[in-house]
Amino acid sequence: MYYNEMFDGEKVREAYTSLSDWVERMPEDLRQMKQAEAEALFRRIGITFAVYGDGGDPDRLIPFDMMPRVFTQDEWRGLERGIRQRAKALNAFLNDVYSRGEIVRAGKIPARLVYQNEAYEKAVVGFMPPRGVYSHIIGTDLVRTGRDEFFVLEDNCRTPSGVSYMLENREIMMRMFPELFRGNKIEPVDGYPELLRHTLESVAPKKCQGKPRAVILTPGHFNSAYYEHSFLANLMGIELVEGADLFVEGEFVYMRTTEGPKRVDVIYRRIDDAFLDPLTFRRDSMLGVPGLMDIYRSGGVTICSAPGAGVADDKAIYTFVPEMVRFYLGEEPILKNVDTYTLWEDDDYKYVMDHLGELVVKEVHGSGGYGMLVGPRSTKEEIETFRKLIQKNPHNYIAQPTLALSTCPTFVEEGIAPRHVDLRPFCLCGDRIELVPGGLTRVALKEGSLVVNSSQGGGVKDTWVLSE
Amino acid sequence: MLSRTASNLFWLGRHMERAETASRLFEVGARITMLPNTEEGYRNEWESLLRASAASDLYRRAYDEVNEENMEKFMIFDRDNPSSVASCMYNARESGRIVRTALTSRVWDALNVAWQEIRSLGPGQEDAADLADMVARHASTVHGAIDGTQLRNDGFHFMKLGNALERADSTARVLDVKYFVLLPRVEFVGSGLDSYQWQVILRALSAHRSFHWAYGDDVSAGRVAHFLILNGEAPRSLITSVHEALWHLDSLVRRYRDDVPHTARDRAQALADRLNGLDIDEIFYEGLHEFLTDFIIEIGQIASCVQADYFHGRG
Repeated sequence: MYYNEMFDGEKVREAYTSLSDWVERMPEDLRQMKQAEAEALFRRIGITFAVYGDGGDPDRLIPFDMMPRVFTQDEWRGLERGIRQRAKALNAFLNDVYSRGEIVRAGKIPARLVYQNEAYEKAVVGFMPPRGVYSHIIGTDLVRTGRDEFFVLEDNCRTPSGVSYMLENREIMMRMFPELFRGNKIEPVDGYPELLRHTLESVAPKKCQGKPRAVILTPGHFNSAYYEHSFLANLMGIELVEGADLFVEGEFVYMRTTEGPKRVDVIYRRIDDAFLDPLTFRRDSMLGVPGLMDIYRSGGVTICSAPGAGVADDKAIYTFVPEMVRFYLGEEPILKNVDTYTLWEDDDYKYVMDHLGELVVKEVHGSGGYGMLVGPRSTKEEIETFRKLIQKNPHNYIAQPTLALSTCPTFVEEGIAPRHVDLRPFCLCGDRIELVPGGLTRVALKEGSLVVNSSQGGGVKDTWVLSE
Repeated sequence: MLSRTASNLFWLGRHMERAETASRLFEVGARITMLPNTEEGYRNEWESLLRASAASDLYRRAYDEVNEENMEKFMIFDRDNPSSVASCMYNARESGRIVRTALTSRVWDALNVAWQEIRSLGPGQEDAADLADMVARHASTVHGAIDGTQLRNDGFHFMKLGNALERADSTARVLDVKYFVLLPRVEFVGSGLDSYQWQVILRALSAHRSFHWAYGDDVSAGRVAHFLILNGEAPRSLITSVHEALWHLDSLVRRYRDDVPHTARDRAQALADRLNGLDIDEIFYEGLHEFLTDFIIEIGQIASCVQADYFHGRG
């Protein structure tokens, strides 16, 4: 049985009592009207999620579900402590593997997984970023399987997206159902942009004088997350720049403005490492800034997240995060990992190949719900196709047991029904570690589906943390 | 402000105005075809429009016949035609999307709604007058939102500058349609047909009422040309548009002071001075078409100077 976030058998869990009344009181036609209103609002403000190459509407909306997902203060505190702990350990790991590599020397993590990793950037070896922070925004994906059972699915240490939905979902809910917010004590999330700006400014490079100038670097308006980039820039009151807006001269990075060049101190980049600097990485990149890496390494500019941060969020490295917590912090991990089979190890390989139909298999570098096999929901052919892929390149895959993801009541065609959810809170690391109470809840809208990714037709919900 | 942002705001202003021009030109065409046209030499008014908007080649690549149906597709809906209403609205909205951070939510909303509506339409659903009304209505909403909600900062001036320069260009082109193309034969000048065509031009610029308030009943070439070129009270006249462009350029120069070049302002000032000193007889003596051609080139030069002064970033 799946853990139901709202019901314990027939009984409504305490956190959800007022929501349950609300749902019961709401007439069906009002719900439909509100749903249409929500969609119109999303479209009007232009929150769309572009999925290119599938022949669909390039301005597609992510389906928004009006039924919130609720955490009690206690539940949230536990999660928050666990996430902070993980964030600390991940940054300690990054510092370590780009300097002395103690964890590898201690035999806790195989050297090959770190130093042969695609995301490992030799270009930053020996470099200590301001305040020792490599990953400044960490999106931790969590699922729940029981009352006190939370599992981390993955850590996104590069450029996790979705925070704009966390903020907009709340905005839309408050606009449509103000009475819900009057009746419930819901912790606000709208301090996020301010915290993000503070985080960025707190990691200004050593050569920065005066108030740091931070910018967001976007690949441009064709990118699927462009809305989020401009939304965040707007809320923080900082410039949203493209590579061509920046140039390097002398010891600094400048942006082109109508009043001539202006110095840039901190770049919150939303483009991949490979595109940051054509002189260091991909030569054909038009998205980056030639010479940026030299300025970065000489302390003229800070890049958030630091190039190379991706080595910590790899699905292979993931299995070692609890080890990192013990190694660097001397603590026991608060949040659990999902048991993970690594296909490059013989025992695991054999087990996985024998049980493909029960497991979830993922590409080590895959994302967005692509390149994965959900055993129990796949056909024989799909399983055999995957078997061949794994045989060809076992290093490229991990496997996990199919988790009994919790469900949350969700408005669907027929009324209200349980659908599987996950959660992505956003953790900010600068001079201090900060989280706003909440995150992005994604919901699989298809009955029985365990895949919540927006690129796979998942939707989103507002996430509430109740205050005491 | 980022140079790219400034450039997008400038083009947002230009594209909104250009969308309006395309729908106005289409309406002019549709109205003129309602005239009895037995005279040889101006059989196909649509041809004239194409020539005036310098789009003949592009048109011929996609369409066989020049008729109203195709012209509607081409001028209103065709996304391969960069000057069609749909292309311009799309581009205006796209510029807006790129610079969301520099727009108020009202302006974005107006742009977005305009684009959603034009996108939902197809050829043959509305007549020319309704289309022109719709485009003008959306343009007014966007202008109203800009005027009513935007900070009077550099971004505002770039948007309005794009608007003013485009308007100068478009009024000149609409005028040119009439003078150079629609009346190929000199003996029509002063005829009833001539007068009707001038009325159509005024109407296309939403200026037929204001013209009568300003000049009385007599619609003659000299008066209409005076109204649309030299009358500083006419909202779309060349002189008004140039003065507005100049006002925004002056504001930018004041704002940015001496460390930013101001070749565009200087050039606009020179053009305004020249227009101030002209009378309509001199223009007709020089040749209206020649005058308009020079004017359109000069507006293009000012736009290039804007580019060099502000959009380059001097990196």
